[in-house]
Amino acid sequence: MTLDKISELLNADMLWTGNTRGIDIQVAKASDLMSDVLTFSGPGKLLITGLTNKHTIHTCEIAGIQAIIFVRGKKPSAEMIELGKKNKIFLFASNLSMFETCGILYTNGIKGVQIHQKNT
Amino acid sequence: MASDTSFQHTYSIKGGDFINAGESSCEVRNTLKNLGIEPNIVRRVAIASYEAEMNVVMYANEGTMRFMVTPREIRIIVRDSGQGIPNIKRAMQPGFSTATKEMREMGFGAGMGLPNIKKNADVFTISSTKGKGTVLEITIFLNNHHE
Repeated sequence: MTLDKISELLNADMLWTGNTRGIDIQVAKASDLMSDVLTFSGPGKLLITGLTNKHTIHTCEIAGIQAIIFVRGKKPSAEMIELGKKNKIFLFASNLSMFETCGILYTNGIKGVQIHQKNT
Repeated sequence: MASDTSFQHTYSIKGGDFINAGESSCEVRNTLKNLGIEPNIVRRVAIASYEAEMNVVMYANEGTMRFMVTPREIRIIVRDSGQGIPNIKRAMQPGFSTATKEMREMGFGAGMGLPNIKKNADVFTISSTKGKGTVLEITIFLNNHHE
């Protein structure tokens, strides 16, 4: 699914404007705990979170996550947005709850991540 | 070993420095990418490094993180001076955490730090002395060099 489609489904604002062509999101994970996020294996993921500090961006950079949806009306700081831009991590903000966000994406074909497999 | 080392660097880590926490691991990740290391290996090293770095920031007074890249492997040695881990077996259990409320509010303390390091390492050893500190040694083999 394209990031434009995800943004449309969630009525989410894109927080910095960049070229999202070629990004195809198939799987996502939702968490406010960053070590949980690092159990992601493989690239090309979407994170759904309400955590708005710069460790969220660092964690996604480390894990190779391409986009973040901030939920519950949370807005990252200008510094976070700059950090996302620098690392080409696309940032979106939605007023929906985490539960609603996950439900909408899941019913539209986005799957969860297999978190218990060995990273190989 | 030293003769075929293509990159090595030692980073200092300050306990409690949440402002700069994680930046050393992000720098390592970029360096490994620039060295042309395979993306999946870079990701595994970065995750192990980041978790280890955050553990020092959260639980120790100070520490060092040494990286060595050779044609056959990447090694990370993290030493800290701090309270140590009284029960390593328990600390290795997924979900076990002694994080404070403040750490959890910042997104840490899922109890997945050490399990994530082990999961991403090919070889992982940990030793700790109560009241002195902890040493982690992490090895990730480069492709075709599994032993």
